[in-house]
Amino acid sequence: MARTSYVRKKYWNEPTMSWWEKAYFFEVVRGLIITGGVFGRNMLRWMTGRKGALTTYYPEEKRWDYAKGNRGKHVLTQREDGSGRPQCIACNMCATVCPAKVIEIEAGFDPADAVHPKYPARFEIDYSRCVFCGLCVEACPEDAIRMVEDVPHLPSADRNRMWLGKEELLTWRPQSDVAKHYPATAPSPEEHH
Amino acid sequence: MIQDLVISIVFITYAISVLMGFGTILTWVERKQAAVMSDRIGANRAYFRIPFTQVKLVWWGLFHGMADGLKMILKEDFKPKTYDWYAYAVAPWVVFTPVLLVFAVIPFGGVLIPGHLIPLLADWFGDKSYPMQIARLDAGLLMVFAFGGMTIIGAMLAGWSSSNKFSLLGALRAGSQMISYEVIMGLTVLGLIVIFGTVDLNSIVQQQSGTVLGFLPAWGIVLQPFAAVLFMVAAVAENKRIPFDLPEAESELIAGYFTEYSAMKMGLFMFAEFIEIAIIGALFTTLFLGGYNLPFMTDAGFVFPGGHSVAMSHGAVVVTQLVVFLAKVFVVCSFQILVRWTLPRFRYDQVLRFAWKFMLPLALANLVVTVFVVWALGV
Repeated sequence: MARTSYVRKKYWNEPTMSWWEKAYFFEVVRGLIITGGVFGRNMLRWMTGRKGALTTYYPEEKRWDYAKGNRGKHVLTQREDGSGRPQCIACNMCATVCPAKVIEIEAGFDPADAVHPKYPARFEIDYSRCVFCGLCVEACPEDAIRMVEDVPHLPSADRNRMWLGKEELLTWRPQSDVAKHYPATAPSPEEHH
Repeated sequence: MIQDLVISIVFITYAISVLMGFGTILTWVERKQAAVMSDRIGANRAYFRIPFTQVKLVWWGLFHGMADGLKMILKEDFKPKTYDWYAYAVAPWVVFTPVLLVFAVIPFGGVLIPGHLIPLLADWFGDKSYPMQIARLDAGLLMVFAFGGMTIIGAMLAGWSSSNKFSLLGALRAGSQMISYEVIMGLTVLGLIVIFGTVDLNSIVQQQSGTVLGFLPAWGIVLQPFAAVLFMVAAVAENKRIPFDLPEAESELIAGYFTEYSAMKMGLFMFAEFIEIAIIGALFTTLFLGGYNLPFMTDAGFVFPGGHSVAMSHGAVVVTQLVVFLAKVFVVCSFQILVRWTLPRFRYDQVLRFAWKFMLPLALANLVVTVFVVWALGV
């Protein structure tokens, strides 16, 4: 069998290098200068107390790159009397419509409160399963649940720790929600400040 | 006599703790520097909790090295079915030990006079002086190469005795690559030997304490800049690090010659590699960066060209020299890490072609030019 020497195929997109690049050494030095420069810049930032990295310290820090209009957290609106009690009448409409079945409500009854006797004794949302569809907000007849531009921020290794309870959902500051004022009949937000 | 023994033990303890310290710290430095170079944060999760409190010490991820060591120790010590069990068991030590031994001939400081340093010992030691070096061998540089060459045996043993084709391929690559680059390392250093006229490392360092042309320090890198670059490249190749990490190219050979090693045996290979970074740093510092010398510094203090002089006590001089040596070694280590995280890996034929067709002629040319210049100057 005749032995023929291997001829390398020429491709149409063969890389073309100048002699400067073929010498390798100069390009190596250029690369080292680039990476060394990045290192020096970032190191200087760290040493002067700034952050020299693009990374977010995830569980400790909230991510900065959520979309501007991202509504990722529920709130329970509060009654107009300023008592801080929820507007919710524990009708279970949101829990029924919820496609992921994440809302758990336990109704309570307060006979002393003639106007608003039924209230949620327990109102919990499981954020490990919530799909953030907003159907609970649509279904609510009392405007008692809304979604705000925030995220629950519940990183955990345990799925049972990703719940928010009534107390957490009632910490909403109505004055700061400028998109839709509360209560809905209020003429302007200034009066609530 | 007993004084010499005490001083030797002190030096050996210092050298081993320095090497171990470098080996441990460099694992962290490598991660952290790579992270900072690529806009990341790097290892920062391992912490040490003070018992009975919730105070967590993170210390910029320094404990990751400890976590790694713990993991290595606690892991199962996997034993492959190999026909050459002794070679398999001995190989990590054959790699690890010579790396430590190389440091014996490297001078890590100037002259130590214990009697002047600690007044309590003045009677006992008298005016005896000791150069800060464990073994004062005339053939120091030759010993460096002798022990440096022994790591090849360890790599070959590991690859051969693992009964694994990946290991064997890795060992073959390691062997041919290390032998090739050993030649180049030797040739680049020959230029320095011609200039300094000795292979005694202590004498080489002392000859680098002066200045050339009145202002430049007479360091090897000034006298032999070309050789310094070649030496650095050959040393990185010798240590089998990227861009020359063909023996352990994980995308082709899993982990090369230590594929079959696990737990602390594998840890020894890794540790030896990190200590070798420090050894290369120490060698480069000794040969090309003037060792423990600072420009214009003598054993009595600084003497600047303008006639100014700053006198220093013996203790201050000793500490300065030790610190200067360590700082230089650290800078060279950091540079090696910079190279490792900048360049992509060579192809295998490129590695050997680079050695024999590019670096060898350059090293020879450097040697020839050096010899002619030295002959012409009649030094």
